[in-house]
Amino acid sequence: MTAPVSIENVTKTFGGFTALDNVTLDIRAGEFIVLLGPSGCGKTTLLSILGGFLSPSAGRIVIGGRDMTYVPPAKRPTTTMFQDYALFPHMRLVDNVGFGLRMRGLAKVERNEKALGFLELVGLKASAGKRPHELSGGQRQRVALARALAVDPDVLLLDEPLGALDLKLRRQMQDELKAIQKRVGTTFVHVTHDQEEAMAIADRIVVMNQGRIEDFGPPSEVYMRPRSLFSAGFMGEVNFVPGRIREADGRSAQVETSLGDIALPAANFPAAAPNAGDAITLTIRPEHFRTSDRTDGPLIALGDARVVGSAFFGTHYRCHLEPQGAADRTLVAHLPQSADVGEGEIIPLAVRAADVVALPPASGNA
Amino acid sequence: MRRLFLSSLSWTYLVGAYAFIFLPVVVLVLFSFQDGRLPVPPFNGFSKQWYEAVFADRKLMAALGNSLLVALASSIVACLLGFLAAYGLARYRLPASALQRGLLIAPMTVSYLIIALGLLAVLNALNVPLSLMTVGIGHVVINLPLCFAIIYASMGDHHINIERAARDLGANDFKVMVLVTAPMLMPSILAAFFLSVTFSWDEFIIAFLLSRFDVTLPVEIWSMLRSGLNPKTNAVGSLVFLVSVALLLILELFLFGRTRKQ
Repeated sequence: MTAPVSIENVTKTFGGFTALDNVTLDIRAGEFIVLLGPSGCGKTTLLSILGGFLSPSAGRIVIGGRDMTYVPPAKRPTTTMFQDYALFPHMRLVDNVGFGLRMRGLAKVERNEKALGFLELVGLKASAGKRPHELSGGQRQRVALARALAVDPDVLLLDEPLGALDLKLRRQMQDELKAIQKRVGTTFVHVTHDQEEAMAIADRIVVMNQGRIEDFGPPSEVYMRPRSLFSAGFMGEVNFVPGRIREADGRSAQVETSLGDIALPAANFPAAAPNAGDAITLTIRPEHFRTSDRTDGPLIALGDARVVGSAFFGTHYRCHLEPQGAADRTLVAHLPQSADVGEGEIIPLAVRAADVVALPPASGNA
Repeated sequence: MRRLFLSSLSWTYLVGAYAFIFLPVVVLVLFSFQDGRLPVPPFNGFSKQWYEAVFADRKLMAALGNSLLVALASSIVACLLGFLAAYGLARYRLPASALQRGLLIAPMTVSYLIIALGLLAVLNALNVPLSLMTVGIGHVVINLPLCFAIIYASMGDHHINIERAARDLGANDFKVMVLVTAPMLMPSILAAFFLSVTFSWDEFIIAFLLSRFDVTLPVEIWSMLRSGLNPKTNAVGSLVFLVSVALLLILELFLFGRTRKQ
């Protein structure tokens, strides 16, 4: 089963601390949503409110069209997969997975059959008679997933479920989670602080900071067209170039920066339409810099830059550059494997107009 | 030479310390096999006659049954109450919980004599006749703090999420407690239970002051002692000791051994 989730103007305060500040979010049925943000951003609080472990100070939670704001966890169509898995240590795996069914009054034979089915889904049917302490971390994680899915929830809430796994296993479990979500069709709401994990599994990512939603959209959109400086910075490495809008009409704007004047289409201003005189920050991802001998579309020349440092990363060279026009500023650029640049070299720098995103400068909260 | 001296010194100390602790018990057990009428040196040779006498003694056997009954019943009650108190104080925010914890453990620091006198006064005032039941009540009073302390100490925060998960999957509070919390804490609950049984099994002062016609084994042994030393008292004392040791061994082998493995 699956259901849409509406979070309407939810605020949560703990004493004087505001953990969630008027959060509104609509999640479609069957979506894989990732709540992404640094620790303390409110993502786990939001998940606890969805699961019923906390009540919001204000606002409403609607799941499948029914108001769930003050419904206890046991009565919600949600189940939570906890960060520490929270398996029942004294029960065999089949009893762990069957626990929810037992609470729903299913007879033993039927519930064992169903529990075995879910253990098979996560590839642990052969271990059904074992106890949790005999399993590895990854296996426990799968049992926790099977247990949460066994009661056929409309919404599955995952609280940093991959946090305790090593990197390789984490990447593998991401793929499995995604595959299982596609198969069961349940709405997944997954909390993490790892932006790579978010991009690997999410249909849509919710970037959170200081109790507010900074950005919301498919991974590519959040990465390529971030709606705030925080979101741009959290989703990956980025260069911030401050500037001022010299002139703007409906379709394009001229931005004055230390790298020279840059003409940008209005579509590159995702947060607000450009106004002449406004301060603005341009965000440029390191991989979007071009050395202008490689032409693939209309390029904006950014002048020459001196290479002050360079390291080979396999897929690219990661270079620190000092623009000739603004020697006090360094940029990080990812240049192709073929670039073969040496320290001290002067290279011409350019960027495609479409790759630059202009955002209002930080107002103290980024 | 110096090393030899030091090591022989430490060995002497070790043997001396254990002798100090166990010599009384060894003497007790040895003279329970005395072939003669007095449990004092010299040792005249082995005989099982005193054990036969013990098992043939109706009063002693009745007292043994009473002791078992009181020990088991009072320990079950003490564990149950201790578990509930620990669960409440560990899982809910209660008013003055530090004070409540202190009050629950406080009887440990009061001498058994004082507890027995206090209970005696209360029972008199309430017109409750003395019986095995009142002995059991006294033993619950002394063992509840122990059970509470052991079970409370084992209720870690890592259990909270497991209980949350059970609630999330549809269990009500009662089911969470019976199906999840209690089984998870079973090693410490059993440890509390067995310790409580041993304490109740050996306990004399409360059992003496709060019983009348039906008495427990230590009280019966005491009344035997009034008619003078007799290897039969050694024999029954050895049996009491044997049961206590057996309980502690069960505790050590099956509970502490198991928790270490996990």
